Amino acid sequence: MMLLDELGQFFPPGRLLHRPGELAPYESDALTAFRARPLAVVLPESHEEVVAAVRWCARHRIPYVARGSGTSLSGGSLPIDGGLLIGLNRMNKLLRLDPQERIAVVEPGFINLQVSNAAAPHGLYYAPDPSSQPVSTIGGNLAFNSGGAHCLKYGMTSNHVLAARVVLPDGETVVLGGESLENTGPDWLGLFVGSEGLLGIATEITLRLLPKPETYHTVLAAYDSLEKAGDAVAAVVASGLLPGAMEIMDSLAIEAAEAAVKAGYPREARALLIVELEGETPQVEAEARYLDEVIRRSGAYEVRVAQSAEERLKIWKGRKAAFSAVGRLSPDYIVQDGVVPRSRLGQALAEIERLSARYGLRVANVFHAGDGNLHPLILYNGRVAGEFERAEELAGEILRLCVALGGSITGEHGVGMEKKAYMPEMFSEADLAAMRRIRLALDPLELSNRGKMFPGGEAPALHQAGPHPLERAGVISRE
Amino acid sequence: MQHKIDVEKLGPQGEIMAHAIEACVHCGFCLPACPTYQVLGEEMDSPRGRIFLMKEVLEGNLSMEEAQPYLDKCLGCQGCVTACPSGVPYGELITTYRGWSEPQRHRSPFQKLFRMGLQETLPYPSRFRAAAALGRLGKPIKPLLPPLLQAPLELLPDQLPKHQPLPELVPAEGERRARVAFLAGCAQQVLQPNFNHATLRVLARNGVEVVIPKGQGCCGALAMHTGERARALHFARTNLSAFAGEYDAILTNAAGCGSGLKEYPLLFHGEPEQAQAHQLAAKVKDVSVFLVELGLKAVPPLERPLKVAYHDACHLAHAQQVRAEPRRLLRSIPGLELVEIPEGELCCGSAGTYNLEQPEIATALGERKARNILATGAELVVTGNIGCFTQIQSHLRRLGREIPVLHTLELLDRAYAQSPILPNR
Repeated sequence: MMLLDELGQFFPPGRLLHRPGELAPYESDALTAFRARPLAVVLPESHEEVVAAVRWCARHRIPYVARGSGTSLSGGSLPIDGGLLIGLNRMNKLLRLDPQERIAVVEPGFINLQVSNAAAPHGLYYAPDPSSQPVSTIGGNLAFNSGGAHCLKYGMTSNHVLAARVVLPDGETVVLGGESLENTGPDWLGLFVGSEGLLGIATEITLRLLPKPETYHTVLAAYDSLEKAGDAVAAVVASGLLPGAMEIMDSLAIEAAEAAVKAGYPREARALLIVELEGETPQVEAEARYLDEVIRRSGAYEVRVAQSAEERLKIWKGRKAAFSAVGRLSPDYIVQDGVVPRSRLGQALAEIERLSARYGLRVANVFHAGDGNLHPLILYNGRVAGEFERAEELAGEILRLCVALGGSITGEHGVGMEKKAYMPEMFSEADLAAMRRIRLALDPLELSNRGKMFPGGEAPALHQAGPHPLERAGVISRE
Repeated sequence: MQHKIDVEKLGPQGEIMAHAIEACVHCGFCLPACPTYQVLGEEMDSPRGRIFLMKEVLEGNLSMEEAQPYLDKCLGCQGCVTACPSGVPYGELITTYRGWSEPQRHRSPFQKLFRMGLQETLPYPSRFRAAAALGRLGKPIKPLLPPLLQAPLELLPDQLPKHQPLPELVPAEGERRARVAFLAGCAQQVLQPNFNHATLRVLARNGVEVVIPKGQGCCGALAMHTGERARALHFARTNLSAFAGEYDAILTNAAGCGSGLKEYPLLFHGEPEQAQAHQLAAKVKDVSVFLVELGLKAVPPLERPLKVAYHDACHLAHAQQVRAEPRRLLRSIPGLELVEIPEGELCCGSAGTYNLEQPEIATALGERKARNILATGAELVVTGNIGCFTQIQSHLRRLGREIPVLHTLELLDRAYAQSPILPNR
């Protein structure tokens, strides 16, 4: 195979994967409803090797996808059939940590949680905390502008990235942003963050670090209805407090999290609210008294306050494991990621419950209540004919509901494969055309992460199992 | 994850595998917990990658040979089981898969001979003793041997301890608080006979009568985890009858054997002895768990303060979820300061015969473990498994910074006897 031989000039055999056994595990990210087999996977170890891979793609007009740990829940890092997959896991070094400037410079394969671990000896940490933080890479966080429980107070990834060295789809290198928060000219970095890999590949990323909060005050409140928990969120916000995080889990999610990590949640609760205050001790102490009062009046039937660092971690462990833990309740599920205005949380939840009953599918709710970011998990069994289609339809209805309530189809998981069909629900034709013009200006051949985010394009490789039918018939071969 | 595995065609083993694959949601939380992923950084060498590969093979989309190199590299440490939020019984999957694939597999005559050599010696103390003596003679010519044969020699001690046969019964000292059966293990009887003698002394001192049933053999874990299912069943049947008596518990002091016995229900799934296997497994306890539950008799204070690192054996921490009890035993020794090893949940690379079959990865992990242990500044490292013991000792030695390694029960035994814990300096 001539094409791969040429790629082999840049990548030794161990870092150019093309055998079926090597490719199969790369066929899906964390959204296994989609599968596609790439032509090959390369594992670059330097910026120059990423440039070489991208140039090879540009030369041969082969679409490519850059990927980190493959934890995307929207199929954002799904490979392209016959395209190149650029695995950035070996570019996982911390290049510089400057506690004075409070910045960390990392390669894209560096793991989110490792940033905080590396900064901890200096009393610093990296604020964005997606649930996948022990696994997901900074490169992927950047591409999808990842959020997390604590983004209520601190903002998303985009608020914590200062600069990125980027390989554009034609193989040119640019540096976007700088080490200071203030920059001259348009916010190119702002455009790049959250562009879902459509505008290029970041190979070096400069992150902002924050001083670690001195004290936490973590409250776990149990309610006998989801609405009460939702109303409590509104009450906390109305009181003028700005907690670090406010999270809600419903009874199905509680059941799953308990089974997974034994977090010690009240099992019979219909809804759990986690509220966390953080900051300087005197401030947190003063706010805590106020918060406890608000929670008491919100109708919680049980309130617990974490008494130690271990208890706090246990509360969070359950919450952060909740998505994957739902795998214990159901063989398959779809995680949705819609956003509604905070004030309409209760309405949205009631509507989701109604839809769940109508479709005959269980829906578990785990969400960042503070910023109205819902994560309904639609449980289905893919082995039952028609259930997947019904689940997808239900997911679509939920997204439409979010848009109708004045929200958005994605909070932090991105559009990827999964939600691209819903883009027209949110954006007008003119909006989408403008977005496409930007994309084409940088990537006229649409090579970089082709087929994602924009509606239409190549049909998703839904449930396509194993080798191409022609391969199976022995007509074509990848070796 | 959805699959199209023909469960009916595969029988009871197919059910186990399909069930595990179904539970995986491909979220990737297992990646940081996987030692081979940590070393190699490739999806094929991660737990979810391997699950995907097994699924593809079982569905008939991928040849067994294509998947084999990556499945062979799995240590079976089950670090991923601890990390998995979705509750995938990965250990059951890989063990069953290996048992299913091994008989259909093509191996070179040399590989076959090597594997058979291991399977025919390690589980039999007398044979292993003879082989180890022979191996000692081979040490001087080690560099001339093929790499596969160098690894076992590397791990052999220069001097084998004297054979110290075990009694059939050890009476309780003072009032009898419990009566248990004890599985003696195989390799440890040859390499570190004191593990068992120290364990028996501590048990007796705590008022436990210990029966060491005659006719017991290897637990079968070694065979089971390398796909030799028939051989494992043979061993396990022997033990089902040897341990059939009435005991308060069946104890082991080797993590690998304990988890091996607890896997009998998996091994006998669909076999006539299924119920018996469940009964036996329900009684199996690591000696540390048993002692904590029983209530350890007071230990006299140490002569001088001692900083000790406890190494979690994967087959205790991950396979049996036993972490707290050995630490509680150690903390009950006055004067002992217990320190945690960084990356403590990561396998040391021993993993049964893994360090003999995959020496490169095992060495990378062994060295990493040794460095992490040394970083704690501990004067002594303690563990509850013979494999880890050998691996850690060998890698500390390689780094030229050997600190003593003891079994948890050996340390406890010395503390009770008020004998010096460390050699005089």
